[in-house]
Amino acid sequence: MKETAELVHKYLRSTKKFPHIWCAGCGNGIFMQALIRAIDRVGYSKDEVVLVSGIGCSSRLPVYVDFNTVHTTHGRALTFATGIKLAKPRLKVITIMGDGDAIAIGGNHLIHAARRNVEIASFIINNQIYGMTGGQCSPTTPLGVKTTSCPYGNLEPNFDICRVVEAAGAAFVARSTVYHTRLLDRLIGKALKKKGFAMVEVVSQCVTYGGRYLGLDSPAEMMKWQKDNSIPVEKARELGEAELEGKIVTGVLVDRERPTYHEE
Amino acid sequence: MRKVTRKQVLLQGSEACVKGALMAGCHFFAGYPITPASEIMEVMARELPKAGGVFIQMEDEIGSMGAVIGASLAGAKSMTATSGPGFSLMQENIGFAIMTEVPCVIVDVMRVGPSQGLPTQPSQGDVMQARWGTHGDHPTIALAPSSVHEFLELTVQAFNLSERYRTPVIVLVDEVVAHMREGVIVPAKGDIEVEERSQPTVPPEWYIPYGDPGTGVPPMPAFGEGYRYHVTGLCHDVQGYPTTRKDEAESLISRLFWKISKDLHRLQWLDSFYTEDALITVIAYGFVARAALPAVKEAREKGLKVGLVKLKVLWPFMSQTVTKVLEKSQKVLVPELNIGQISREVKRVNQGRCEVVTINKVDGTLITPREILKTLEEIHP
Ligand SMILES: Cc1ncc(C[n+]2csc(CCOP(=O)(O)OP(=O)(O)O)c2C)c(N)n1
Ligand code: SF4
Repeated sequence: MKETAELVHKYLRSTKKFPHIWCAGCGNGIFMQALIRAIDRVGYSKDEVVLVSGIGCSSRLPVYVDFNTVHTTHGRALTFATGIKLAKPRLKVITIMGDGDAIAIGGNHLIHAARRNVEIASFIINNQIYGMTGGQCSPTTPLGVKTTSCPYGNLEPNFDICRVVEAAGAAFVARSTVYHTRLLDRLIGKALKKKGFAMVEVVSQCVTYGGRYLGLDSPAEMMKWQKDNSIPVEKARELGEAELEGKIVTGVLVDRERPTYHEE
Repeated sequence: MRKVTRKQVLLQGSEACVKGALMAGCHFFAGYPITPASEIMEVMARELPKAGGVFIQMEDEIGSMGAVIGASLAGAKSMTATSGPGFSLMQENIGFAIMTEVPCVIVDVMRVGPSQGLPTQPSQGDVMQARWGTHGDHPTIALAPSSVHEFLELTVQAFNLSERYRTPVIVLVDEVVAHMREGVIVPAKGDIEVEERSQPTVPPEWYIPYGDPGTGVPPMPAFGEGYRYHVTGLCHDVQGYPTTRKDEAESLISRLFWKISKDLHRLQWLDSFYTEDALITVIAYGFVARAALPAVKEAREKGLKVGLVKLKVLWPFMSQTVTKVLEKSQKVLVPELNIGQISREVKRVNQGRCEVVTINKVDGTLITPREILKTLEEIHP
């Protein structure tokens, strides 16, 4: 692995944007590091990479890195990414979205991008809450959890992002947490190299709001929760539904060959 | 001397629009079916791939607008076409394109609203939505063709203006102009001037993506050409990075206005008929202007001193032109297929100078030459 300092100098924008807006202990920074490492490892030039994000804390990521970067509208990153990729197929198009961004307001675009199988590597930072707007429920907030928008406990069952995207037809679907950085690095690399629509769900922590409402006090505790609740997919396949209740199944969930939109 | 490469062909308005787009170099179209704009999408689906471009049907109009902006960032001249309900859905992303200065063209084939309204009936009800549909203070450019030929011509101009000013340009067309067929002289390639967005002349290290080179319009390289920069709908500094500094926010928003308003005199596109000695001037646009012309001609035959000014640019409002009309006439008549959207602007510019009379219809039927003539006779001094 390359020295962090070398990667920092090569990939972080040197002018004006720092300090970043994220709270200390937020998972977004861990993901950003992993993404940079993966891009460097795969060996793309900075000119050919396009980072497209929606709106949210996680979607602020692109401004910090020295690629072609677009911070679009809430939930719509994949539609912009689709236009970019189709207009200039040689570009490596990557999207970064939060859970609210990708599957609440942007849910329709997500399933259609997966169905269309345009070659986009998409990363959904799932911190189970709306971070930027102050800790409201998202479609991945666990049942019963109290947030600012569900003070009596969340009544709505949540989405399994990976299963939705798999059913919609994505060529590659995977999940990691930000605790499992080595796995995360590997999965990002695979997603980047995939011909077709690839999605990695990155289970992360919002230390400021998530912690408060999920009942976990510190970033360390939240990451320990990720560690203790994760099960590699190989092991998960041997377990029943009941045993997997509330668990985070990690690894490559789907990896299949499908004609991409361009090849059609 | 005119080149002899011109020939007349029978075209539907929608086909003329597509021809104009292709002539202007349109390379990307994203759309979603909606009456009465679907024909534009269907003709695009057939013609654009043949011309080497990319067509995609998106999952909704929000997505269409997103894809159009994305493609433009990648360097493609891009457009979409829709009608009222879809135009409403596009508004947030249109605002994004205004703020981030991404050229693109939106054709809105107007049908009667609000809501689903009368899907197949003509209207001019989206004039104000084109102006103020997206939130916040922003400039708008909107053009209004009144014939099939003009639909072609103004589609080319829409691309030209969007590239020149780096802003979305809206073509507001009523259902009749989109659907009717007329003989059109299709300009030959090279006969029509096509503008391209300006490119940086400095190396990437010196490039300032949102700086003002003096024209108010920063050069715009495509993604993937070595000029890496950040695009955000947040208020941004000249480097494109988010800012909350009031001086930076202020200078950004004022530049967005200024880059267009400094050229207002170049955007007075009109046709005028019998205006020299007119006591009453009809101010009209779109298909209604077509109905006004025979009415004005007949009134002249009857000895009435009336004229017609047909506006081709609706936004920015042609106040210079309209002021001249208001100064010269005793009365103006503004017939519109809405409850009075452009007449509101006319009254604003008028400041009590002359009497402003309107004819308004929102029932899906057209304003006829007879109705205009009748009003002219009634109000003629
Ligand atoms: C159309 C629109 N609706 C609402 C908002 C307000 N908004 C900003 S960020 C956000 C949610 C962000 O949550 P998530 O996508 O989970 O990302 P996170 O901040 O947790 O990374 C919302 C609702 C907006 N910017 N635009
Ligand atoms: S509010 Fe939550 S998601 Fe946003 S930066 Fe802070 S910790 Fe991260």
